[in-house]
Amino acid sequence: MRIVVASGKGGTGKTTVATSLAFVASQKATTRLLDCDVEAPNAAIFLSPKIDMHKEVGILIPQVDEKTCTYCGRCAEVCQFHAIAVVGKKILVFPELCHGCGSCTLVCPEDAISERLEVMGVIESGTTKEDIEFAHGIMNVGEPMAVPIIRELKKLAPTKSPTIEIIDAPPGASCPVVESIRGAEYTLLVTEPTPFGLHDLKQVVEITRELGIPTGVVINRDGIGDSAVDEYCTANQLPVLMRIPMERRIAEAIASGKLMVEALPEFIPVFEDMLGSIASRVKL
Amino acid sequence: MKIAISISGKTFDSPFDSRFGRAASFCIVDTETNLWNVFENPAISASGGAGVQAAQFVAEKGVQAVISGAYGPNAYDTLAASDIKMFLAPGNEVFTGQKIVDLFKEGKLAQTNEATHAGHHGGAR
Repeated sequence: MRIVVASGKGGTGKTTVATSLAFVASQKATTRLLDCDVEAPNAAIFLSPKIDMHKEVGILIPQVDEKTCTYCGRCAEVCQFHAIAVVGKKILVFPELCHGCGSCTLVCPEDAISERLEVMGVIESGTTKEDIEFAHGIMNVGEPMAVPIIRELKKLAPTKSPTIEIIDAPPGASCPVVESIRGAEYTLLVTEPTPFGLHDLKQVVEITRELGIPTGVVINRDGIGDSAVDEYCTANQLPVLMRIPMERRIAEAIASGKLMVEALPEFIPVFEDMLGSIASRVKL
Repeated sequence: MKIAISISGKTFDSPFDSRFGRAASFCIVDTETNLWNVFENPAISASGGAGVQAAQFVAEKGVQAVISGAYGPNAYDTLAASDIKMFLAPGNEVFTGQKIVDLFKEGKLAQTNEATHAGHHGGAR
């Protein structure tokens, strides 16, 4: 069962929920966690995996053999992203615009284009002391595109076949989030009961509806703000599967790198119930 | 010589557009005969790589110089590779295409040897 934890608004508590959910799940089932927030991965802080695999990843970008090239310009014509330009007898490649689609390479009538790996980041994997299989991606600072790294991360084959796979998605509602959510059997959206929380929650709900994935909500910092998020969930048949109160002890735990359920073990049965609830909704 | 001026409008008298990659249109003028033609910029609604596309567009028109207000790094690299000289129109006043050509012929426009700003995606490699 693949559960993606997303949010919309950043800082609502995705990693807090995802890591505790993985911890609780691992007590009863083979569990895997992928941290797909490759621009700022932080799940490792709470799960402390022992990393044993490290791989550079990126996209394949074109390199042109100018001895074979006839400067016909077909590659530049086919490129949707204007990442390759032919001007006079010069070829220019713009790696930051390239999406690695391979069209230029395919279309070259002289076979003058070969591909090389443009490294954009790394993916790492390992295991935690609870035996959770762990992997994350770390994008190089300054790279504009996270999606290729997330894609490579999701392609990584698990070493043990997990019963439960949890994906910690990035914040927001753009391409990296869609890439993280794709293929999920359930999306758990962590929000907060404030106007910003609601505004961004709605954007991600649009995505999960478009992708046809059953969705539930966790309201973090319950008790602050207003009731608009609750009203929205009711009106839109989004089950609120958990409420985390606004409590200093939780903030202190997270700030010191502790799992929420480690500092507050009274939440373990709450997470167990939520897992059971998700499992039953996925079977339906 | 043939030059391109970034403008926002449809004629030689339209106001100068200080952007290059996202300029509304380009006015291609023959500085000897003053004959001109205006083309809509195909890059204006590109999701990315507008500078590259606009530069290729004016290069295909056979211009030897471009006059605009700013050039991003991708536009700069593509224009430089085409041996097209890049000039900057002075910032503070509002000019028409005709006025820009006059300033150009009088040698009053500054030529640039590097991108004006860091751009939105970086440069060529």
